[in-house]
Amino acid sequence: MSALVDEQRLEAAPEDCAPPRIKPHTTAEIRRHLRTPKTLWCPGCSNGTITRALIDAVLGLAIDPEKLVVVAGIGCSGRISAYLEYSTVHTAHGRALAVATGAKAADPGLEIVVVMGDGDCAAIGGNHFIHAARRNVDLTAIVFNNSIYGMTGGQTSPTTHLGDKSTTSVYGNVEPAFDLCELAHAAGATYVARGTAWSYQQLVNVIAGGIVHKGFSMVEAMAVCPVYYGRFNLTPDPAEFLRLQKEHAVPAAKFEDETRSHERYPIGVLHHAERAEFTTGLAGLKERAREAGHA
Amino acid sequence: MAISVAEAAKAGVPVLLQGNEAVAEGAIAAGVRFYAGYPITPSTEIAEVLSRRLPEVGGTFIQMEDEIASIAAVCGASLAGAKALTATSGPGFSLMQEMIGFASMAQIPCVIVDVMRGGPSTGLPTDPAQGDVMQARWGTHGEHSVIALVPSSVEECYTLTVEAFNLSEQYRTPVIILSDALIGHMREAVTLPHPDKLRVAERGMPDCDPDEYDTVSSTIDNILPRPPLGSPFKVHVTGLVYNRRSGAPDTADPATAADLGRYLREKIYHHRDAIVRVEEVEMDGAEVAIFAYGSVARSAMAVVKKARAQGARVGMVRPITLWPFPTAAVARMAEQVRTVIVPEMNIKQMSWEVEAAVKGRAKVVDYGRVDGELITPEEILELVKPEFYYHRWEDT
Repeated sequence: MSALVDEQRLEAAPEDCAPPRIKPHTTAEIRRHLRTPKTLWCPGCSNGTITRALIDAVLGLAIDPEKLVVVAGIGCSGRISAYLEYSTVHTAHGRALAVATGAKAADPGLEIVVVMGDGDCAAIGGNHFIHAARRNVDLTAIVFNNSIYGMTGGQTSPTTHLGDKSTTSVYGNVEPAFDLCELAHAAGATYVARGTAWSYQQLVNVIAGGIVHKGFSMVEAMAVCPVYYGRFNLTPDPAEFLRLQKEHAVPAAKFEDETRSHERYPIGVLHHAERAEFTTGLAGLKERAREAGHA
Repeated sequence: MAISVAEAAKAGVPVLLQGNEAVAEGAIAAGVRFYAGYPITPSTEIAEVLSRRLPEVGGTFIQMEDEIASIAAVCGASLAGAKALTATSGPGFSLMQEMIGFASMAQIPCVIVDVMRGGPSTGLPTDPAQGDVMQARWGTHGEHSVIALVPSSVEECYTLTVEAFNLSEQYRTPVIILSDALIGHMREAVTLPHPDKLRVAERGMPDCDPDEYDTVSSTIDNILPRPPLGSPFKVHVTGLVYNRRSGAPDTADPATAADLGRYLREKIYHHRDAIVRVEEVEMDGAEVAIFAYGSVARSAMAVVKKARAQGARVGMVRPITLWPFPTAAVARMAEQVRTVIVPEMNIKQMSWEVEAAVKGRAKVVDYGRVDGELITPEEILELVKPEFYYHRWEDT
């Protein structure tokens, strides 16, 4: 349930808003959207997979790369900004959505994708996250969720599960984890989807769905972090980590279980609604102000 | 309002304006088309006026969730090509410091107005102070340079806002306007400059092909504009240390970091003479000078008039640009006078800086108040009198 008070919107059932089906592109086509083939991501990290999924979605939707802007935060995921051959902004920790809101409001013609990590989005940037969702700004937020702070070496994040180990929860985490999709929905996001690094094609499709959607879209991309999260909790083997992800993720249509956990969660489009979009509202306001000024 | 501020400026007739309103109207005249802010006393009128005025001229006003988001949105809007402003007071200014550093590092033109109030913390929300002058210079972490302007009248709230945007565009840097609760809330009848007489710097585009963009880079004397987001130039903007030519982050090479660090400082300090503005009042033959800025300069001005009327050679040096510090003007003053009096609504923040520039050539007398009360002409005059022990002061 959304937490908005005076919201009037039509909830569309997830099956009614199937995301576009994107045909995968060749590595040569993908590479043309990269500034460099080198990254600082660890071996076995799935950030490269999610990056490719984003490029696949952009290619599949035939978005003009010159009009595309990627605004990223700080952390492992934030480094995507230096790799993509678009207009890119590597902002400060937690601030990506606020920077993107300003850019989108100043130039609504921009197609903006915001990339954040789980700590970036839900801890230091949590306030901006809920307000961007409430405003329903036409942005596509992709949260690379690896359930840990990777860049700083494996500390507890707001999506680290109860009992998990990290370098700052060596006796087991005493805090529960956020469900970022439910958080986004409650805050008013009008497109909420989850994908995994394992289910690549599904991830591409839900990212494309988010970009196409007019309003605040949130795509949670479940990442694998064998080096920190896996080594401390699940498995240090990337292939095994991905296999476990396949076991844990259940397509939304088949997810009937009422208890979500980190070992059983739905993937696909989870919420979809139409509601007044922020920059459209601003445009209307300008019209009214001009008319009032001339009256 | 019978006549709009813009119409009054065109007609050359005076208009009654509040300092904060003048900042807002100056921003419109400067071509500002984006404002993001969060309500805070005593700056709120700037947001209120712009929430009405910006949409009228096709601009955007957003009330953000906090001051961090406000300056972040301002950075985003500026990167998208808009002239962008935010305004706040002490607590909000503290929250903005990280993103001011981002704007400094990533060379994003923008203007931040800090209408100073008593602090630290919640302090004296409705009373004037000048306690943020060092925060304006050093508030964000790391080596950086900054430009800060201090209005001491409603008219200057208007003209310095225009000037702040010109400087921020020219030097691709955040510019801070240090107003205070007195200047911000005071009303004066002002005749604003005709729009045709107002110099307004526009942001250009680099004079090169997008393919060549990575091969050109700014020099201290030729600071190239950055193309907006969503252009064929496909810029990369980062808060990491980056290669100045390609824009690519590079944190492994000390030479790259040194090149950027020195450039960010020198692009401002090398042009210090062009940037710095100082008003000198009755400095001809002055034996004692008052160094005062912002609202305190108004009291200092009254003292100069009183003292001169009685034949005591007192002058005033009023920095309009506080950062970069007007070292040359202070050095000139130090060569001339025997005493420099520095009254300010903080304790010694600028008087230390004055002492550093005076270098022992004159006596520096500091005088500070942090009780939210104004520094009166009478108080300053009491500091002046002992410097003229031979002078017979008539009752004033």
